[in-house]
Amino acid sequence: MARTAPLPERSRSTGERARRAVLPVFTGLVVAYLSLPILVMILFGFNDIQGRFNFAWQGFTLDHWTNVFGRYPALNQALINSVVVALVATTVATTLGTLIGLALTRYEFRGRGPLNLLIFLPIATPEIVLGASLLALFVSVAAPLGLATIIVAHIMFNVSFVVVTVRARIAGFDRHLEEAAMDLGADELTTFRKITLPLIFPGILAAALLAFALSIDDFVITQFTAGAQTLTFPLWVYGASRIGVPPQVNVMGTIIFLVAIVGMVLWVYLQRRDMNARPTTLER
Amino acid sequence: MLGWLRRHSGVVPYLFLLPGGLWLIAFFVVPLITTASVALQEGSLATGYRLTFNFGIFPEAVGRWDTQLLRSLQYGLIVTVLAMLIGYPMAYTIAFRGGRYKNILLLLVILPFFTSFIIRTISWKFILADQGFVLGTLKEIGLLDQGFRLLATPVAVISGITYNFLPFVVLPLYVALERIDPRLIEAATDLYASRLQAFLRVTLPLSISGVFAASLLSFIPAVGDYLNAELLGSRNETMIGNVIQRLFLVNRDYPEAAALSLILMAGILVSIFFYIRLLRGQELTV
Repeated sequence: MARTAPLPERSRSTGERARRAVLPVFTGLVVAYLSLPILVMILFGFNDIQGRFNFAWQGFTLDHWTNVFGRYPALNQALINSVVVALVATTVATTLGTLIGLALTRYEFRGRGPLNLLIFLPIATPEIVLGASLLALFVSVAAPLGLATIIVAHIMFNVSFVVVTVRARIAGFDRHLEEAAMDLGADELTTFRKITLPLIFPGILAAALLAFALSIDDFVITQFTAGAQTLTFPLWVYGASRIGVPPQVNVMGTIIFLVAIVGMVLWVYLQRRDMNARPTTLER
Repeated sequence: MLGWLRRHSGVVPYLFLLPGGLWLIAFFVVPLITTASVALQEGSLATGYRLTFNFGIFPEAVGRWDTQLLRSLQYGLIVTVLAMLIGYPMAYTIAFRGGRYKNILLLLVILPFFTSFIIRTISWKFILADQGFVLGTLKEIGLLDQGFRLLATPVAVISGITYNFLPFVVLPLYVALERIDPRLIEAATDLYASRLQAFLRVTLPLSISGVFAASLLSFIPAVGDYLNAELLGSRNETMIGNVIQRLFLVNRDYPEAAALSLILMAGILVSIFFYIRLLRGQELTV
């Protein structure tokens, strides 16, 4: 973007240049602050530890990388549980949330105010209250705690985020395209499949990615709804943190981190290509 | 089916709303009602619970845990102010000075989200450890006293929470600042406003929606957080979240835990209400 047209360099004094450098330097420091724990996590996945505690640097090794999934079967199971929960919760929450988003942006109906409140309140409620009240419900109806209750809880907190994300995308879309399709003889279902869905798809995908990220990392609500038998990846790590987190956790964290980065870069790249390929509203 | 829907098109939005709406009612509204009813019951796990409409539990719970309630509120406010002080200049830099690095900088802001919340917090525990590579080194070269520690202090807990919610502050601020036309700020300086005046009278008011969203997104999770206090703090930094968690999951004192959850939620909603009124008044005077 050409918003920040630089001033001619000669017109700046040293003081002026120092003043201009304050914000970028500050930003750099904050970025360092944000990345520090991640660097520590990656680095200590290569630590050749003796004993149980992964606290001081003792030498470089690739052992934990070659042996990530071999050492702690319960950790593997926890990771699988996390992925299963996130996949199911994302699929259901994205479907439910997209339908609500469509209703809110495309139709006139009564009860819009209460509905908006119903969507906003779960976002404005601290996670611990959401988790605690779900536990109160599950205990009072004697529901057995486990994967199912975790999934139910994750769908609940994800629906609101999906609605907000999808709604933002649908709000900026041209209804005339649908009318044109209908004028050309397409019925509602065909119009939805061929016109509406492709247009709002980036919004749905963004919502699904957000839901997946929130779900796979959730600790608080999961801790309340998991019961004693079922562990997810964050819960296993939390349990291990009292006796010493094994370096395999660092390695898994690093792998998740890398997968997320690659996914993110791919997503940005695809969106760019998408935007370049499609004429924008301005050009029309 | 399609024909019937065409004739009754008023039904369509409700069909769209039904599944998601019912889910939220069943697993958000109903649990809150259950929580309220649990709070008003008396008894124990062994003897069973009876609904006695024991409203006295609310003042009792506040009286017993007032230190933790106030501390949570206080930490939440400090975290929000700190995150704003760190996040605003950063969002400003990315929005107005980012240039072609804008996307990379934004990616760096959300980088922490790509690792687990719990692993990041454990990383901090490790970084701040008494003989860890930061404090240990500083102590060795004599810059710090041997007895100096950060873990198990309010500083560790507050900086841990600030760290966790900083991206939530930068992003909405960035969105709000990015929308501002820089020519408005130029116009203000052309009309002899100082840089500070231009910021206070133009940039800040125009970004107030971002400030609002950002402060809620840090305040709400910060007040309810318990993981940072548990991993980075000691008994003197216990927050209300720790109390609720322990009462619910360890002591199984459901009525008191339920009452505290509701008190926490009510406290947050009341704070948001006053905050909205405060910001509204602000906008009118600008």
